[in-house]
Amino acid sequence: MSVDLQQFHQVFFEESFEGLDIMESQLIDIDVDDVDEETVNTIFRAAHSIKGGAGTFGFMNVSEFTHVVETLLDEIRSGQRVLLRAHIDIFLQSVDCLREMLESLQAGAEIEEERPAALKKEFEQFLAQPAAGVSDEAAAGTAGEGTVDAAADSASDSSSDSSSDSSSGKAAEGGVAQVVGWQVTMRPDANMLRWGNEPFRMFRELAEVVGEDVLTVEADISQIPSFGDLDPESCHLNWTLNVAKGVDKKAIETVFEWVEDDCEFDYQPIMSTAPVAPADHSAEPPAAESKGEDGQTAEAFTASTPENTPQTSTDTVEKPAEPATKKAPAAKPAAVKKTAGKGSENSSIRVSIDKVDSLINMVGELVITQSMLGQLGNDFDISRLGKLLEGLSQLEQNTRELQESVMKIRMMPISFAFSRFPRLVRDLGSKLSKTVNLVTLGENTELDKTVMEKIGDPLVHLVRNSLDHGLETTEERVAKGKQAEGTITLNAYHQGGNIVIEVSDDGAGLNESRILEKAIQNGLIPENNHLTPEEIHHLIFLPGFSTADAVSDISGRGVGMDVVRKNINALNGTIEVRSEREVGSTFIIRLPLTLAILDGQLVRVCNETYIFPLVSIVESIQVNRRDLSHVTGSQYLMQLRDEYIPIIRLDHVFSLRSEDEQPDDIMLVVVEGDNEKIGLVVDDLLGQQQVVIKSLEQNYQRVNGISGATILGDGTVALIIDISGIGKTVDSPQHRERIPSSNQAA
Amino acid sequence: MEAVSDTSTGELHAQDEQQYLTFMMSGEEYGVDILAVQEIRGWEESTAIPNSPRYIKGVINLRGTIVPNMDLRLRFGLKEVEYSPVTVVIILKFDTDNGERVMGIVVDAVSDVYTISAADTRKTPELSEDHNSDFIRGLVNVNEKMVILLDVGELIKMHPEVLNMPNLNTKEE
Repeated sequence: MSVDLQQFHQVFFEESFEGLDIMESQLIDIDVDDVDEETVNTIFRAAHSIKGGAGTFGFMNVSEFTHVVETLLDEIRSGQRVLLRAHIDIFLQSVDCLREMLESLQAGAEIEEERPAALKKEFEQFLAQPAAGVSDEAAAGTAGEGTVDAAADSASDSSSDSSSDSSSGKAAEGGVAQVVGWQVTMRPDANMLRWGNEPFRMFRELAEVVGEDVLTVEADISQIPSFGDLDPESCHLNWTLNVAKGVDKKAIETVFEWVEDDCEFDYQPIMSTAPVAPADHSAEPPAAESKGEDGQTAEAFTASTPENTPQTSTDTVEKPAEPATKKAPAAKPAAVKKTAGKGSENSSIRVSIDKVDSLINMVGELVITQSMLGQLGNDFDISRLGKLLEGLSQLEQNTRELQESVMKIRMMPISFAFSRFPRLVRDLGSKLSKTVNLVTLGENTELDKTVMEKIGDPLVHLVRNSLDHGLETTEERVAKGKQAEGTITLNAYHQGGNIVIEVSDDGAGLNESRILEKAIQNGLIPENNHLTPEEIHHLIFLPGFSTADAVSDISGRGVGMDVVRKNINALNGTIEVRSEREVGSTFIIRLPLTLAILDGQLVRVCNETYIFPLVSIVESIQVNRRDLSHVTGSQYLMQLRDEYIPIIRLDHVFSLRSEDEQPDDIMLVVVEGDNEKIGLVVDDLLGQQQVVIKSLEQNYQRVNGISGATILGDGTVALIIDISGIGKTVDSPQHRERIPSSNQAA
Repeated sequence: MEAVSDTSTGELHAQDEQQYLTFMMSGEEYGVDILAVQEIRGWEESTAIPNSPRYIKGVINLRGTIVPNMDLRLRFGLKEVEYSPVTVVIILKFDTDNGERVMGIVVDAVSDVYTISAADTRKTPELSEDHNSDFIRGLVNVNEKMVILLDVGELIKMHPEVLNMPNLNTKEE
């Protein structure tokens, strides 16, 4: 293969996903009663470029599917058809479906064909309905509604039915594990040879790819005409290739990439359970199916299809008549998406040309400074010292600016993370029959890309929680005298080197008594406690805590706020909650601007320099040795105002000094990790500086209590302390119990 | 530190021949595959890693990469010596399952580069149950001297079960 199209695929996927995002957001914005022409145009354009791109790269199923979507859009755009609510629903579904297809393609997996096929059928139905006309509208609307539900039903049925024997469905679900081989039927166009395609060469290449001993090729010579009629330049042969090995279908397809337009290919997986005979045809496009000559496969196909796929017209006529109560399951595609999404994904970012330009400018300046200094160095005498110092300070400035702008490249506006919420809130809101108004603020706040990717899931969890548990139902709200429409606000802003993201709702707020009750019930806290409201609010972050009365499929499955907190802590961030009864609750997430740089406090322990993340430091105090109370073994506690905090001696933990040597005056740095305060004993506080985090694991391995390393100004290496890791060396639940007992003893 | 190849033992590019960089430690000559050697540096102070085994001398900054240094004497249970100006660190680079790993080994002095054919290499006699023999790929005679060829992969490999025991640093290897 001389040209590797693969290298452009990534760009196509990125652009398509962007296009889908645009389609989605525009579809949500659209008002059926007052259709904005430009909005429809935007949606149409997005769909059109996806179709075009998919066609270029040979993703035929994507382009075919998009084509139907586009056709309906085009009719709406040109005014031939009136936009219905049902249309928007099906468009949104097809956006989901396309996204799934593209993700499968990106991951190199098989495309699940049933959903697109079902949706396509519906589109065709919509298209078959008489266009426009106000009198027809109502009828079309109801019919359309019915089919949407039916299709959703059939789609969900088939996807949930694991025994569904669609060949490609199976491949997508279980990977290639059960597929022990492929039977490829190749029906070339008669003109194939004229275009210089030599099938034998391709078979040889395939043999190289899959291994010679596993490939058998059979030629079908039945089409060869009598000698008199034979055109030697035409291809009259069909081939059946048997690959007796569970190779990736993609690998086979790649071999035939150049002739896929000139040939008809029919891929049949050979399953481990079944004999060589392929399972069925249901996933094949109708064109291939009509050609399906061998009776065996056709039989297998008819036996298995009818209940799974609305393949025949009678099916689709029947379906709307059924009591279609189930709404399109919004959560399901999302779950499927997760599994299919990850794969050979190459992450990349789009950078605005401004940022690149400013970077180039800066590099230019750096080069000038460098040559200036170089010249100075060649013939240096002491009289030009001033010039040298000037040059050095210029270099310092250049370097700092360069560092800043390189970091900026990784920054993306948080709207990327926020953009998924309008759809989520719309779908969940209608599912829970709550009218919700989503307000997003500070969408241009920039955030590191890695942080952005990791904050998405916790945010979704928080928004779902707010929708499900936070907001009351419309009736309750009216009864309480609140606005019928609930509001969820997402707000992002900078605050002192941190990004703050707030998720707030104007719902009922946290129910303190219920939280207390649940916490006592689950044994998380003792029965007679005196917790302040804030402390009670914090309980929801403990593992194994759920206040949901009933487990819904939206939230309350036990994967709770503790996971959210853990994810956020993993990003060096913190989360807290503020809540007021009947006014609402707010979750406040604080994140560092970037993961690559950390504000550090340098400390000295014995002769070593360590770095504490500045965000986790609460205070630094000088205490006398007598202020420490000795509890069991080598464990010390100290009373700090009204709480007891465990003391950890870094020199002991790191085996730098023996137990008994210790000065009377102790420098104590109080840090907070995992919402647990601990005091760390150090010898001296040195300066504060920004440090670039380097991996220690890359060439060495994980070290308990150390999160990474960095290089200091003098070129030496300093280790960064992992605050929550250090905290774990003292077992926290035991401490909770020890505090009162030591109190009495003291 | 001369990089002159000793061609007396054979042709350079023959299939079964490999070049080895040799170094001295406690009077013995050891060799490592020269392709695994990234560079040779003088000893410099390194930052100690808490609770690491005694033979891990710490980490250094190698042009922005954090690289651990291992004292091969201590690793092999030889007597510890004071580091002197000729003490060198051989930076080894090796592909592992988790990507490329870089590690420095502290040795007494670098000796020579030999071209050694696989046929001349003899297996290590099963002398003891000492696990140090895991590191040894074979023995070879060069100019009437024995050279111990080391397996860089084994050398660089971390033994998590060993390293995670904090007590190890008090135990003599």
